[in-house]
Amino acid sequence: LSSQITPTMSAYLLRHISRNPRVLSRIPQRWSSSISQRPGSDRAIGADGEDTSSVRFPGAVNSKFTTDMAFINPSTTTNIPTYRVMDSDGVLLDKNRKPSGVSNEEILTWYKNMLTVSVMDVIMFEAQRQGRLSFYMVSAGEEGISVGSAAALTPDDVVFAQYRETGVFQQRGFTLKDFMSQLFANCHDNGRGRNMPVHYGSNYPRMHTISSPLATQIPQASGAAYALKLESLQNPDTPPRIVTCYFGEGAASEGDFHAGLNIAATRSCPVVFICRNNGYAISTPTLEQYRGDGIASRGIGYGIDTIRVDGNDIFAVYEAMREARRIALSDGGKPVLIEAMSYRVSHHSTSDDSFAYRARVEVEDWKRRDNPIIRLRKWLENEGLWDEDTERTTREQLRKEVLKEFGEAEREQKPPLREPLRACMRN
Amino acid sequence: MASLRLPRLIRPSGRRLYSAAASPSSRLNLPIDYKSTPLLHHTSSTISESLELPGSATSKSMNLYQAINSALRTALSKSEKVMLFGEDVAFGGVFRCSMDLQTEFGSERVFNTPLTEQGIVGFAIGAAAQGMKPVAEIQFADYVFPAFDQIVNEAAKFRYREGATGVHAGGMVVRMPCGAVGHGALYHSQSPEALFAHVPGVQVVVPRSPSQAKGLLLSSIFESNNPVIFMEPKCLYRAAVEHVPNEYYTIPLSKAEILKPGNDVTLISYGQPLYLCSAAIAAAEKALGVSVELIDLRTIYPWDRQTVLDSVKKTGRAIVVHESMINYGVGAEVAATIQDQAFLRLEAPVKRVAGWSTHTGLQYEKFILPDVARIYDAIKQSIEY
Repeated sequence: LSSQITPTMSAYLLRHISRNPRVLSRIPQRWSSSISQRPGSDRAIGADGEDTSSVRFPGAVNSKFTTDMAFINPSTTTNIPTYRVMDSDGVLLDKNRKPSGVSNEEILTWYKNMLTVSVMDVIMFEAQRQGRLSFYMVSAGEEGISVGSAAALTPDDVVFAQYRETGVFQQRGFTLKDFMSQLFANCHDNGRGRNMPVHYGSNYPRMHTISSPLATQIPQASGAAYALKLESLQNPDTPPRIVTCYFGEGAASEGDFHAGLNIAATRSCPVVFICRNNGYAISTPTLEQYRGDGIASRGIGYGIDTIRVDGNDIFAVYEAMREARRIALSDGGKPVLIEAMSYRVSHHSTSDDSFAYRARVEVEDWKRRDNPIIRLRKWLENEGLWDEDTERTTREQLRKEVLKEFGEAEREQKPPLREPLRACMRN
Repeated sequence: MASLRLPRLIRPSGRRLYSAAASPSSRLNLPIDYKSTPLLHHTSSTISESLELPGSATSKSMNLYQAINSALRTALSKSEKVMLFGEDVAFGGVFRCSMDLQTEFGSERVFNTPLTEQGIVGFAIGAAAQGMKPVAEIQFADYVFPAFDQIVNEAAKFRYREGATGVHAGGMVVRMPCGAVGHGALYHSQSPEALFAHVPGVQVVVPRSPSQAKGLLLSSIFESNNPVIFMEPKCLYRAAVEHVPNEYYTIPLSKAEILKPGNDVTLISYGQPLYLCSAAIAAAEKALGVSVELIDLRTIYPWDRQTVLDSVKKTGRAIVVHESMINYGVGAEVAATIQDQAFLRLEAPVKRVAGWSTHTGLQYEKFILPDVARIYDAIKQSIEY
């Protein structure tokens, strides 16, 4: 029992799980408490006379002893860099490469999807102001994170979102009718009129219905990812799938963030956590949210592969996500953390006036200077794929489509009255 | 010096000291004799009949933790979708309920989690939403509260909010040892079933015996499409021993069981206090010449109103017994329902015998929780009303 299990041996045995569940009983267990202290193991001196002895404490077996009492001070460590592919003028920083290995047509759909979300956001925000729907949340400034990351997923991948990921739904095939039916809680709403607006959900591609409690989706994503891993072990014919879990930097302060990342790491779950760090949780700036190096620095503490990306750079987001997906499926599954930096250009929601806690000029600066939509538009224009006229006609066309679905959804009947009681319990 | 001692001697004593040992003159509050209680199948002869199993079914004498272990083994064998996890379940669990299961079914399906209750339940919800049948263990019911948000806001509401997508977390079961053990004090004694019974979307189940535990747990895993909170009275883990069928069988959820028919009073309880009820009934029937009907609720929510109401309409008197606090407890819901639905048949107020409205301080457990004497007294008061 004391012998250690090799990775290849483990993979071999696990492949046979569906054919012969009992085969696993032959896997020797790793008893972490059986790491024993060999005599003299704490007195090893290297060639240069340095103390190179390793501790044998089970809680940190790879640690070395030191006689230098030095506290690790986070302020003296280098902050995690932010990965980007193009600058704010839409110019690729490495001119020798094509972005992402993706076709121009596909990049144009990303742009249109970001534009669709943006056009819909303006109209629906106004509609809420007119009292025509009860609530709304825009994702202005963060369209690049959701569209870019969703573009790297397959339809079989599973998404758990927070609520500011409309672009994920748009990129994965949610139609304007689907959005409007949910927002107006009419008879075509997937949620049967039970949820507040923006709490979208879809069975396939699976995007779990959004729930308001923050961060609860994070350990759920780990559990779902573990289920996918188990399914592929039991049935090797299933396509490789991952779970993607979105949350804001504020939600990352919840206990469920800690629980979810830790359990994903210990159970080796194929899940990509994407934190949208947009600087604010309603009125709370990040300075009052945490004192470490953002959210990314925590991933390392959990033993999770981590990257920080420029969330306004859709190429950077896409490429990081594509690589994260590959990593998540490697070694039988492992979690990845992406911290995507952005700025919440909009109010938190229709129930919030953000100028009560931040300067209007700060917001205007971000809107003008750096924005995922404008950045990609500049790249498209540089490539000769887009121009002012196309921009105007596309925006006008999208506006018309949104208003058409808006009108139809608003006039549509509400769900039947049996809905409030139905399906709460299933016998 | 006498003058100095005098104030002490005449000081009125507000304290009454007591001995923790049972009084030799005790008639009712004797230790429960699980070897002779009529609530357990001491031989295999009655088991197939009461569980509606074929007469050919074989059985084995086992205690509650062994029956839970047998149910989990049966479940893991029956479906690859079943997975078992929680704190310390890999080596067999602190109450031995998952003994040998990791060796038999592999560390991919039976495993330890980090020490995080909200993580364990969140993880179970995610796995269930993906179609698995996760059986999550919370080491003590006292420690389920960090997972309360995940249970109440997430697991319970999952199907409802998903609506037409059809996705749900109904495959999950959360097991937890509950109830008093004599020395569990504040955090190893609680029975939070009433808190979960206030949440639409979850089922709450409390078994009273080994054979019942196996049947109800297998029902919870395979026949319930809702998240189930499965609470195991931990003082029965080793104490309650009876014959348990070896094969797969289920006991329906949301169905109460009449343990003993009677005509004058209906006693409604669940879990361990049923043994106290049984002892109180034996004493009352002998001393008072009454006939008491005993009902095991088995499922706390959604509960079997019809069986209880039919019984109370027959007897005209009802007493609800449980360990957890009397205020807002399960007894309040049962009593209010009886009052509402059987008002004209009642010949006495519905009584509740339950834990007093305080915490379970180590030394005071037996004064706080219901005992045989209090149940006996309630029967007497009800009859004499």
